[in-house]
Amino acid sequence: MVTVTPLEAELWEIAGSVPDPELPVLTLHELGVLRAVRVRGTGAVEVELTPTYTGCPAVEAMSLDIERALRARGMPEVTVRTVLDPAWSTDDITDEGRRKLREFGIAPPRARRDREPVPLKLGPTRTRADDAGPVRCPRCGCADTELLSRFSSTACKALRRCLGCREPFDHFKEL
Amino acid sequence: MTATVTATAALALGDDALVLSHRLGQWAGHTPVLEEEVALANIALDLLGQARVLLSMAGDEDELAYLREERAFRNVQLVEQPNGDFAHTIARQLYFSAYQHLLYDRLAEGGGPFAPLAAKAVKEVAYHRDHAEQWTLRLGDGTDVSHERMQRACTALWRYTGELFQPVEGLDADWPALEAAWLERVGEVLRRATLTVPEGPRSGAWTAGAGRQGLHTEPFGRMLAEMQHLHRSHPGASW
Repeated sequence: MVTVTPLEAELWEIAGSVPDPELPVLTLHELGVLRAVRVRGTGAVEVELTPTYTGCPAVEAMSLDIERALRARGMPEVTVRTVLDPAWSTDDITDEGRRKLREFGIAPPRARRDREPVPLKLGPTRTRADDAGPVRCPRCGCADTELLSRFSSTACKALRRCLGCREPFDHFKEL
Repeated sequence: MTATVTATAALALGDDALVLSHRLGQWAGHTPVLEEEVALANIALDLLGQARVLLSMAGDEDELAYLREERAFRNVQLVEQPNGDFAHTIARQLYFSAYQHLLYDRLAEGGGPFAPLAAKAVKEVAYHRDHAEQWTLRLGDGTDVSHERMQRACTALWRYTGELFQPVEGLDADWPALEAAWLERVGEVLRRATLTVPEGPRSGAWTAGAGRQGLHTEPFGRMLAEMQHLHRSHPGASW
């Protein structure tokens, strides 16, 4: 059992409230990428961060933002380390984070059932529902949506279209 | 397992990811549709992220990527093959992502030095594999022209697939079992895509394992020259 000091809890709060550089509606805490905050002596703190995707280019920006926020709190020596294990999963996104994604117009990831991230089936792009349930349109809530592209503005999203309101939207892919 | 053996294996996996990432990056501005522009760039980015972690296990990532000669690269020859037409790129993706998914799944369970990266990357690669399989189906079971081109691509790259299952020291895997699973998976996709599973040899006197030993095909030197040009011309430059 790791004991967290009041200072560490406060610093975690500060680091966790830093917005994600690519999805600024989410904080790093809501995205679930903050792994540890440890005070290493007077004015020194070590933060552990995990990338969403191995090649996620936002990690550097996240590190800089965390450093800036913690320095402003009076911690001159901030070290941000990237850790891979255990691997981040979209299940690490908090419920509040999912709600904010939907409000922002991005369909949140569905809960993962097992180790396979998506049902890998060859077939039509239109999906009413599969084992993980339908991907609902974040605007109108319609369950009838179709896949336009497996990769969208970033690696973590797919591009879909709602067959109810005809609007295209991003879907945060299950990982 | 000694540190040297781990570094050698990291180099093999890292070079596979780096070289394929660069090849996919060459599609930027040239893909048939905008969605593919984004998809191939995103797959390339995933692979580049994996390469950075793996090369860092073997040494300095920049030095390894930009300052090694052709003969020092340990990637399989499949990943260095030129993009060709879109069908060739998809066939290369199909063969490689099926292999990478099987291998990383195994490494993730093995608990060795590669387990953390493999556990993370295997989830990304599942999307690469899905992308390649869906395109194989669409092109193979599409028009006469797309079918013919996809068949040609699958057949042309078939000879490079034997090398994928040459054992790499430091990687704990049952290679014959991986190969059997690969043949089953790829064979099933090709059949569903109405394509013929190529019958030619999957390795030959000059292709067998040569990439892992530092022997590469002719187009690789030119790719490397382009990839390393800027770094070599301006050593130590930064943004």
